[in-house]
Amino acid sequence: MATKAFQKIYTKITQINKATCSLRASGIGNDELATVNGELAQVVKIMGDEVTLQVFGGTEGIPTDAEVIFLGKAPSLKVSDQLAGRFFNSYGDPIDGGPEVEGEEREIGGPSVNPVRRKQPSELIATGIAGIDLNNTLVSGQKIPFFADPDQPYNQVMANVALRAEADKIILGGMGLTNDDYLYFKHVFSNAGVLDRIVSFVNTTENPPVERLLIPDMALTAAEYFAVDKNEKVLVLLTDMTSYADALAIVSNRMDQIPSKDSMPGSLYSDLAKIYEKAVQFPEGGSITIIAVTTLSGGDITHSIPDNTGYITEGQLFLRRDTDIGKVIVDPFRSLSRLKQLVTGKKTREDHPQVMNAAVRLYSDASNAKTKLENGFDLTDYDERTLAFAREYSDKLLAIDVNIDTTTMLDVAWGLFAENFKPSEVNIKQELVDKYWKK
Amino acid sequence: MSTKGTVKGIISNLVTVEVDGPVSQNEICYIQLGDERLMAEVLKVTGKNVSVQVFESTRGLKVGSDVEFMGHMLEVTLGPGLLSHNYDGLQNDLDKLTGVFLKRGEYNFPLDKEKKWKFVPLVEKGSKVEAASWLGEVDENFQPHKIMVPFSFLGEYTVKSIVPEGEYTIMDTVAVLTDADGKDHEVNMIQKWPVKKPILVHTEKPRPFKLLETGVRTIDTANPIAEGGTGFIPGPFGTGKTVLQHAISKQAEADIVIMAACGERANEVVELFVEFPELIDPHTGHSLMERTIIIANTSSMPVASREASVYTAMTIAEYYRAMGLKVLLMADSTSRWAQALREMSNRMEELPGQDAFPMDLSATIGNFYSRAGFVYLKNGKTGSITFIGTVSPAGGNLKEPVTEGTKKVARCFFALEQARADSKRYPAVNPIDSYSKYIEYPEFEEYISELISPDWTCKVNDMKTMLQRGKEVQEQINILGDDGVPVDYHVTFWKSEVIDFVILQQDAFDKIDAVTPIERQKYILDLVMEICNTEYEFNGFVEVMEYFKRIINVCKQMNYSEFKSDDFEKYRKELGEILEERRKK
Repeated sequence: MATKAFQKIYTKITQINKATCSLRASGIGNDELATVNGELAQVVKIMGDEVTLQVFGGTEGIPTDAEVIFLGKAPSLKVSDQLAGRFFNSYGDPIDGGPEVEGEEREIGGPSVNPVRRKQPSELIATGIAGIDLNNTLVSGQKIPFFADPDQPYNQVMANVALRAEADKIILGGMGLTNDDYLYFKHVFSNAGVLDRIVSFVNTTENPPVERLLIPDMALTAAEYFAVDKNEKVLVLLTDMTSYADALAIVSNRMDQIPSKDSMPGSLYSDLAKIYEKAVQFPEGGSITIIAVTTLSGGDITHSIPDNTGYITEGQLFLRRDTDIGKVIVDPFRSLSRLKQLVTGKKTREDHPQVMNAAVRLYSDASNAKTKLENGFDLTDYDERTLAFAREYSDKLLAIDVNIDTTTMLDVAWGLFAENFKPSEVNIKQELVDKYWKK
Repeated sequence: MSTKGTVKGIISNLVTVEVDGPVSQNEICYIQLGDERLMAEVLKVTGKNVSVQVFESTRGLKVGSDVEFMGHMLEVTLGPGLLSHNYDGLQNDLDKLTGVFLKRGEYNFPLDKEKKWKFVPLVEKGSKVEAASWLGEVDENFQPHKIMVPFSFLGEYTVKSIVPEGEYTIMDTVAVLTDADGKDHEVNMIQKWPVKKPILVHTEKPRPFKLLETGVRTIDTANPIAEGGTGFIPGPFGTGKTVLQHAISKQAEADIVIMAACGERANEVVELFVEFPELIDPHTGHSLMERTIIIANTSSMPVASREASVYTAMTIAEYYRAMGLKVLLMADSTSRWAQALREMSNRMEELPGQDAFPMDLSATIGNFYSRAGFVYLKNGKTGSITFIGTVSPAGGNLKEPVTEGTKKVARCFFALEQARADSKRYPAVNPIDSYSKYIEYPEFEEYISELISPDWTCKVNDMKTMLQRGKEVQEQINILGDDGVPVDYHVTFWKSEVIDFVILQQDAFDKIDAVTPIERQKYILDLVMEICNTEYEFNGFVEVMEYFKRIINVCKQMNYSEFKSDDFEKYRKELGEILEERRKK
C-alpha cells in the first residue's frame, strides 16, 4: 500500500504479543486499518491514547520501533465489473498476475439488509442431483452448508452445484484451502468455460490463518455489488467455514477472552450469522445464495461450529458413502432444506412434497429392517420389500452422480413405489395416488 | 441540564465514557460519530468512568467523541397504532427506515402522529382515576384500544376535563387530570415506559386456569397451555421449533399476538411479513396481521439491541394486557438473547458462570417469564399474557444453562426430539417427555371438563399411558425380535402408533390438517380411543402391522378432509368397516 503525503508515522510500539501490538496514538477510529512495517493490521481496542492493533499476518519479527501508519479507513474492496474472472487474496489484491481492479471503494462487512426490504425466496435452484432437488430443494436467497468429514468429496459436489445452478456470478471464498483444492476449483471453472462469471477470494493453508477472517466479508461485498447494483443472481461458495471459525478462536484466545463451549469465542453465533445472513432475495431480482462447507470432526454435529451453523443456516446437506451401492449419496435423514416448501409442489409438480416424504419414510423403514437383520432377526415380507426399495432409491435418486430434472425424479419415485408396495403402504393422499400410481 | 461525557475507550461495542455529572444505571445516551448519533445504554459506573453498550457498530468511532445522556432508561412508546407494525428491537418502525440496508444511527418515532382516531370517552368530568384507569377508547383494527391514565402517574387524580367523542390524533390532549395537590396534567394518547420495568397495574394474579386453544393437537390434547401461562420449546436445530411457533401464532385464540424474532433468521421473519397479511384469523375473520406486532431483531442485526428486543415485546404485551386483552407473546429464541448477555458480560470481564454465561442468567430468565400471567385489573376485568419462548440448546443438550434456567420457571415444556424429526414425525414434540403443569391444577381441570367433556382429562391420561406402554413394548420387540414376543405386544405397539400418527402428528403445511379446533380434537380423541380400546383377533404379527397401517391410512385421510364433509364421512364409514373385520366377537 502506498503512503500518502503528510501521513503521521508512529515508531514506538509499547507492547507486542503473538497477535497484537499496542502503541500510543491519537485521533484513531475503531476498526481502522494500519500497516505495521508494511504488514496489514486493524484497530481492535482503544483505551485513552493506547491503541491495540491486530496484525493479520502475525507479529513474528515485528520490532518495537516498527513504522506504524494508520490508513484512516476500515478494510475495503474496490468493486466494479472488472472483478469478474479474477482471483484475489484476503486483502482483495490480485493473485493471478492481472492488473489492479478499478472501481468504487466499499467498506467490507457492511450493515445488514432491513428485513422488510427482503423478498421471500421463491426461485428454485435446480442442480440435477435428486438428493438435493427432490428431498432438499434449494431456493435462491438461501444459505445452506455441507456438513462433511474432511475425506468426503464436498468440494466436487459444490463445484457441480455451482456450475449447474445457472447463476449470473459465482463467488468463491476459499479459507484455509489446500493449494490442491484451489487449483481444482480454478481448473474446473476454466474447463467449464465459465471463468468470466467467477470471482475468487482465496486464502490457502500457506497464508497466515488470521487473514482468513477477511475472506467472507470480501466475497460478500463483491456479491452485494453484483446483486444490488446489477440485480444479478449471485451464488457464493464458502469453503471451509470451520477454518474460519478456528481463526476466530485463535484471535479471541490471543486477546484473552473467556472461551465458551469447545474453546470457541462466546460471539461465535453472531459472527457466523453476520456472514450467512447476507444471503438474500431482493424484490428487484438480485439475490445472494450461500453454499458453504463446514467440515466436521468424526461426524460430530454437536461441536460448537456445526451446531451454531445449523441454527443459522436454512438447513444442511450431509454426504455419506452408501456401502450397498458403493456410491456417495446425499443422506436423506440428516439433510434438510428449510426453504423447500416455498417451491416444492408450487414451482414443481403438485405431488412433490408427499412423494418426497413417503420415500424418506419408506427408506427409514428399510433402515429399521436393516437393524433387525444385523441383530439376527427374521425379516417380514414388508421388510424385504423396503430393503429392495432402499437399494434402488439410493442408486437411482440419492447418489450424487444423478443428473435429471425434478419431474423425472418424481416419476422414478412413483415407479419404485409401484414396484415394491401397495398404495395403502405409502401413505399418500388418495387423489395423488389415483393420478400418479404406475399401474 | 443533562449530563455530558467524552469517549475514553472502545472495545467493539463496549465504550468507556468519562462523564461530567450524575448518570443512572441503564440510562440511555447518544454518542456523536460524525453526523450520526449512536444510541447506547449504561452498564457499569466506576467513578467518573461509565461503561456503555452501544446498540450499533462502533466502526470509526474515535476517542474524544461527545456523549449526551438522556436522563431516562430505554423506553418504548405506547399508544394506538402499534398493531400491524414491524419494529426492530429498539422499536424503530422498519418500514419507515430508508434504504435497502439498515443505516447506523437512524431512529424513528414508532407511531403515526397524523392519523386521526375515533375517541370515545369512558369517564366523565369529576371521575376519580389512577394509573391505568381507562379514560377512553379508540378502535384499533377492530380491537377496543383503551386510552389509559399514564402508568407513571402515582396516586389518585380527578378528571378535570375530557374531550367529547370525536376524531383526534395521538398528540392531541384528550383529558386534563388534577392530582392531589391540585396540579393539572394534560394527557394525550401516548405514554412512554421503561422496558426493563414491569407494568404492574393489576390487583390480583391468580393461577392460570383457562385453556388457550392453539389448534395444535399435541399441545391442546396432550399438554395444553393455559391462558396467561408460560411455556417453552427447546429443540436441536432442524426439529421444527419455528414451524411450531408460527403455527401457534397463526391459530391461537388470542386478541393480540406479539412475535419477538430475537436473533434468528431474517427469512423466517420475511415469511411472517408475507403470510400474515394474507392469512385470516380463524377466530375473528380478520387478517392475521391486524392483531399482530412483529419485533424483528434478526441474527445479523446489532447484538446489543437483541437483548432489548424481548423486553420491548414484553412491555408492549403488558400495555395491551392492561386494556383487558388476551395477549400471546412468542419469543424465538431466548437462547440468542442469553448469548447477547454473554457477549456483553464477557467484554465487561465479569467472572463467568457455566458455559461462560453470566452468573445471574437464571435469575434474569426467571424474572422475564414472571412478567407473563393472567390478571384481574383494578376495574375487575381480566387480561392475560401467555408467553412461549423457544430455546436453542447447544448441541441439542438440554443440560445447558438456558434450558435449565427456563425449565425452572416455564410451566409447559414442549420437548422437540431429534429422532422424531429424523423420521419426519412432525410436530416432533415428544409426548412423554413433554409436560404441562396446568393439567395438575384443579381449577384448570374443572374449566376444561366444562369446556370439552367431564371425562376428557381421564381419556387424555389413558392415551398417554398407552403411548408409554407402546414405547416399552417397542423396546422389547427390538430386543427379542418380531416373533420373539406375543402377538398382543404388536397390537399394543400399533395402537400407540395410531395415537402417534392420527393425533400427535399434524401437517402444518396442509390447509385443513394444520388447524384442529377443540371440538374436532375431542372427536379425534374419542375415535382413536375407541380404536385403542377395542379388542382384535389376529393370527400372527404380520397381520397386525398390515391391519393397523390401513387404519392409520384411513384416519389420516380423515384428518386431511374438512370436518364432517362428505369425504370425511366416507372415510369414517370405511374405518367402521375395517374395525368390524377383526373385532373380537
